[in-house]
Amino acid sequence: MAYSEKVIDHYEHPRNVGSFGKEDGAVGTGLVGAPACGDVMKLQIKVSADGIIEDAKFKTFGCGSAIASSSLVTEWVKGKTLDEAAAIKNTEIAQHLALPPVKIHCSVLAEDAIKAAIADYRKKTRADDEAAE
Amino acid sequence: MTVLSKTKDGKGLARPIYLDYQATTPCDPRVVQAMLPYFTEKFGNPHSRNHVYGWEAEDGVEKAREQVASILGADMKEVIFTSGATESNNLALKGVAHFYKDKRNHVVTCVTEHKCVLDTCRHLEQEGFSVTYLPVGKDGLIDLGQLEEVVTERTAIVSIMAVNNEIGVIQPLAEIGAICRKKGAFFHTDGAQAVGKIPIDVNAMNIDLLSVSGHKFYGPKGIGALYVRRRPRVRLVAMINGGGQERGMRSGTLPTPLCVGLGEASAIAQAEMGVENVRLSALRDRLLGGIRQRLPEVYLNGDLDRRIPGNLNLSFAFVEGEGLMMGVKDLSVSSGSACTSASLEPSYVLRALGVQDEMAHTSLRLGIGRFTTDEEIDYAIDHIVEAVSRLREMSPLWEMHQDGIDIQSIEWAEH
Repeated sequence: MAYSEKVIDHYEHPRNVGSFGKEDGAVGTGLVGAPACGDVMKLQIKVSADGIIEDAKFKTFGCGSAIASSSLVTEWVKGKTLDEAAAIKNTEIAQHLALPPVKIHCSVLAEDAIKAAIADYRKKTRADDEAAE
Repeated sequence: MTVLSKTKDGKGLARPIYLDYQATTPCDPRVVQAMLPYFTEKFGNPHSRNHVYGWEAEDGVEKAREQVASILGADMKEVIFTSGATESNNLALKGVAHFYKDKRNHVVTCVTEHKCVLDTCRHLEQEGFSVTYLPVGKDGLIDLGQLEEVVTERTAIVSIMAVNNEIGVIQPLAEIGAICRKKGAFFHTDGAQAVGKIPIDVNAMNIDLLSVSGHKFYGPKGIGALYVRRRPRVRLVAMINGGGQERGMRSGTLPTPLCVGLGEASAIAQAEMGVENVRLSALRDRLLGGIRQRLPEVYLNGDLDRRIPGNLNLSFAFVEGEGLMMGVKDLSVSSGSACTSASLEPSYVLRALGVQDEMAHTSLRLGIGRFTTDEEIDYAIDHIVEAVSRLREMSPLWEMHQDGIDIQSIEWAEH
């Protein structure tokens, strides 16, 4: 199967590979997928005090399309509010990367990863707020 | 030795190194040379009895039949030409099952067989035959005690492949043959990956039917053979009816150039097998040693000792196989990962060995052969080590492993 140029570009030059400390209160971590299914994505967001995603990092175990999908969303979420980031749809990812039908699940996983990272961040800040009260 | 030619920017190879010799092999130039006259000058129908065009084509076909018989230790009258191993396997299983169905309606095979055997067995089950699928051990081999238990006086045919196409392991053919002979069941073996790679002797091994594929050992595609024993005689119902060629078992005009090519490929393999296997073993050891010396967490799937020298099947833990294949773009290899198959299921062969799905997803099959060089192996080692290292740095599973987290202890949401 031939990959689209955008998938190859993200695969060969992945953006924002790496990790933030999970304990950092400003970081939300999403870990989705399963090794037995052949793809696992870890997406982390760093959120500023005014609720803007100022940085994002990823690590992915998966095929080229999975790596490209997660690399792409780290670029897309930066500068967005949590609600804006949560609104990113898998179809936009799939369309941007020209993923074939058999690879659509990679874009679904990337969308899930964003939502999981946001949920983790919100859970953390809620816990902090409660601890502060 | 030819030097690997680089792309213009010097970053990669102009053409990838072919390391997929279990998928297919290039035709040996000597095979092509032997075939050429039979396309143009000696183009006759080998079944034409009345003129020299027919006779010379027939001579070519019969010489080839002798060459194929010779590499199997068989008599030339026991070899019939087919289109390839898929047809041979179909003919052996359906042909024998159909002929003996009144007395024997049971078939024995094994879970790691090629799809063309498994699918044929499914078809026979639909027709009312009963089929036993033997499991394999971690080494990829069947248990002989288990085989002895399941073969009964109702068993028409036992079909166990000689060499597995994914993991290259060699089944204990002589032992299987002895059990089948004792029980009165015919022994068929799919020899697609074995003929030309390991010594085969149909008499010493008590093999009653054996499938051959031309393109797996430097012959042309579109030609194969089926060995059918004459004493004690194996009878089968033909699948293709017509002019009664190939002793009525497989009608149709023989493709003379392809037959000649298969014969020549057999003769070359028979003459060179001993020396070639020593060379391939050294290349294989160099490849495996080179990778293992520089990368931790690399696992070999299937037994190493009872294996053809031209195959390695390795799991590179924490790196997904399709992603890895994209990383080793200067190599043409295949993977047992789900993403490379239409079904999105990881390799059923690796599963049958008890390889966990997450490890099956990380596997690469590296097939080396007649035209593989030392230089190519050294390039492949560097290229694989580099790609695996890069992808592990990007892998959340590798990070967890480094942090001492057991991947198995996490509750993953399987999708």
